[in-house]
Amino acid sequence: MGMGLSALLVIALVLLAFLGVQVAGLQFLFGVVIPYAAFFIFLAGVVYRIVKWAQSPVPFRIPTTCGQQKSLPWIKSNKIDNPASTAGVIARMALEVLFFRSLFRNVRAELKDGPKIVYTWEKWLWLAGLLFHWSMLLVIIRHLRFFADPIPSFVKVISSVDGFFEIGLQHIYVSGIILLLAVTYLFIRRVAIPQVRYISLLSDYFPLLVIFTLALTGILMRYFMRENVVAVKQLALGLATFNPTVPEGISVLFYIHLFLVSVLFAYFPFSKLVHMGGIFLSPTRNLPNDSRARRHINPWNYPVEVHSYEEYEDEFRQVMKAVGIPVEKE
Amino acid sequence: MAKVPKPEQLVNIDHKPPAKPWMDMPVKFEEGMWCYAAKPESLEAVGLPNPRKWSPEEEDWKLPENWKEVIFEGLRERLEKYRSLRIFMDICVRCGACADKCHFFLGTGDPKNMPVLRAELLRSIYRKEFTVAGKLLGKMAGARELTEDVVKEWFYYFFQCTQCRRCSVFCPYGIDTAEITIIARELLNLLGCNIEWIASPVANCYKKGNHLGIQPHALKDMVEMLADDIEDVTGIRVEPTFNRKGAEILFIPPSGDVFADPGIYTFMGYLMLFHEIGLDYTLSTYASEGGNFGSFTSHEMMKRLNAKMYAEAERLGVKWILGGECGHMWRVVHQYMNTMNGPADFLEEPVSPITGTKFENAKSTKMVHIVEFTADLIRNNKLKLDPSRNDHFRITFHDSCNPARAMGLFEEPRYIIKNTCNYFYEMPEETIREKTFCCGSGAGLNAEENMVMRMKGGLPRANAVKYVHEKYDVNTLTCICAVDRAALPTLMNYWVPGVSVSGVHELVGNALIMKGEKQRTTNLRGEPLLRTEDGGDV
Ligand code: HEM
Ligand code: SF4
Ligand code: SF4
Repeated sequence: MGMGLSALLVIALVLLAFLGVQVAGLQFLFGVVIPYAAFFIFLAGVVYRIVKWAQSPVPFRIPTTCGQQKSLPWIKSNKIDNPASTAGVIARMALEVLFFRSLFRNVRAELKDGPKIVYTWEKWLWLAGLLFHWSMLLVIIRHLRFFADPIPSFVKVISSVDGFFEIGLQHIYVSGIILLLAVTYLFIRRVAIPQVRYISLLSDYFPLLVIFTLALTGILMRYFMRENVVAVKQLALGLATFNPTVPEGISVLFYIHLFLVSVLFAYFPFSKLVHMGGIFLSPTRNLPNDSRARRHINPWNYPVEVHSYEEYEDEFRQVMKAVGIPVEKE
Repeated sequence: MAKVPKPEQLVNIDHKPPAKPWMDMPVKFEEGMWCYAAKPESLEAVGLPNPRKWSPEEEDWKLPENWKEVIFEGLRERLEKYRSLRIFMDICVRCGACADKCHFFLGTGDPKNMPVLRAELLRSIYRKEFTVAGKLLGKMAGARELTEDVVKEWFYYFFQCTQCRRCSVFCPYGIDTAEITIIARELLNLLGCNIEWIASPVANCYKKGNHLGIQPHALKDMVEMLADDIEDVTGIRVEPTFNRKGAEILFIPPSGDVFADPGIYTFMGYLMLFHEIGLDYTLSTYASEGGNFGSFTSHEMMKRLNAKMYAEAERLGVKWILGGECGHMWRVVHQYMNTMNGPADFLEEPVSPITGTKFENAKSTKMVHIVEFTADLIRNNKLKLDPSRNDHFRITFHDSCNPARAMGLFEEPRYIIKNTCNYFYEMPEETIREKTFCCGSGAGLNAEENMVMRMKGGLPRANAVKYVHEKYDVNTLTCICAVDRAALPTLMNYWVPGVSVSGVHELVGNALIMKGEKQRTTNLRGEPLLRTEDGGDV
């Protein structure tokens, strides 16, 4: 159900932009108003989300330890998978965020006759996930060339490395192609693996389809339709400098592309895409395992009712004395 | 007690999910897959809400009238108190990496035992009540209405999670379904929906100091009996003391080791070790339980039961605390105790009186794990050991979930095993250390009536044991957890007959050469020692 609906939703969004621009001539709405609105929803939404998370304290130090603890000096501890210091935590987090360390542990478990549970190599999700995110990052960085004049040098460097391959006289940006392939894989995987399909919601298919359509329209514009990039840059710069204009000569395909970006931005804070921020705040990963060496403070720690020793002795004094267990009150 | 099918029948497991979406699949209480309801007197003993006679099988669960409000209020409060919960509710991408990591999913094939779906059972309610998308879009956004059936489903599946944290190791964001289970059980407890197997030990432990409610004189009796057994084997009389003021160290074992086979052999090992090194220690009858079934109930109950440790250490005026071999006890001691009931300023930073080693890693909590303590003794050559006395044991080591994934206590026990035994074999890499598989009976689920659940959940663990049993002739599964020692023998009998279960300090007790001991002819279990080829110590 989720899959079909989210596909319909994306088609409807594409149609909406097409009709809006092509038939109704709402270039200003789709080129200026909606992008601004989406951007501010994004900003406000992300801030709201992070404030909400930050407002809830971390009462206990509950890292998931994935290696030897630091204990006796002659036992080699695992400083990254079971960090005892802030430096270790930073290393652990860096590996998680940049290389998806935990996902790299993945193996598939299957029950075979015997009975025998067999564990098999399965790093495809890790690989596809990593390619997907890194290529998306590169694509986003490359897009900065539309929003700044002169183009910042790091954007130029990254673009030229990314566009190293040439076919004919055309530079091919590898990141865009990889993004399209990776997102396709992630989608197929979601549909093809029965368990993953079973847990999937509309909100799991939707961002994949939006990103797929984004990558596809981007590639179409760049390699096949030859978009008028001068005009596009004029529009983007106008947006970035709060001096919006809607130049002539921009195709409807571009407006579809821009509309989907806007949708993704506005959707971001209210969806699972906030994992981008959440991963940094996850208490099972971002705390050192030092809770016996340093006291962690719980801001809402409150006194509780306990059964005191005195009450205990009052109940058992006779039997304790009878067997010679020392008591406080004779 | 539920009829447990034969192993051949039990392994007919289908991991393919059904055609119907999970929200349309009402929970079915299958035989042997759930625990009896908490009795009113158990809840009353500690003042938990809604004590009543009820059974999960009955239609009417006798929930309080305002039960929905209670859940929503309870959830709101916890979202504000625990960042973990908030984050874990918001960021799961349903990538499915955790799905086949849970022993209960592997052993049952029930899709709601995939950690991600277990979490969705709660997340769907969170969405409906606390998110805009969930309120507006309902089912389409993965949200659903809170009904009594949902509460029943929670009871069934959150008491089918052993809080083992294996899923958390593999999740790219570290989403810890154990944390979600802990909080979901708190919510269930607000309605009085606990299981008796947890509620009764909680009540006993609160009033009498330990899970079975053993009274002080009986406890002393049991320990004396173990001292008799030690004397039979070694000719040496150990003399443990109770509630002794001025002792240097308070020793707190899990009470299971005092009365239940095979834990008692581990307990004998502790006593022999302390005697041999001349440790100035005392046991306590008030704080006679290291385990903490409160931690399977709520954070508050965890704190209420744990408070005894520091209180007793302060009353007796000891310098620091030594803790026995127990899994969930150490989750509480390591990650919660100091925060909840500290600071323990009345204690000193722990130093081994025998080796002078400072336990820097425990300098604030002031409680040391016995396996750390003993590893340090061996490293400093303070013990004379004869590993050949353990030659009848061909050993593999089960990393218990909590010391593994909430501490990282991997090398210390292995170091002791290698120094006290000659035959040690590791299970496959995917099933040990941080990837270890739960016994299937943790977090208060080691009852009788849920035996089918236990045997199913224990399948992955048992399967790895079977592998080393067949390959290396392993006949002993060693662990540092009292719940394991209670649960694993049954599991082994069922899946891998011929493998028995021991604690690490049982091995120490066997190997330890004590000053003035008589020629030993049996191990602590009373089994004859193997005669070694060089005719050495028989
Ligand atoms: C710090 C930045 C980020 C990190 C560390 C991160 C990490 C991850 C990881 C580990 C996964 C699970 C594996 C996978 O499916 O690839 C994932 C999934 C996903 N991420 Fe990110 N992510 C980040 C930012 C983003 C952003 C900015 C977006 C999109 C706007 C995004 C979109 C997605 C999507 C759609 C999925 C689900 C893939 C699927 O359905 O299979 N992520 N992310
Ligand atoms: S591994 Fe983590 S993010 Fe992926 S489905 Fe499981 S809980 Fe969600
Ligand atoms: S904590 Fe353990 S039992 Fe619970 S869902 Fe995760 S893997 Fe399963």
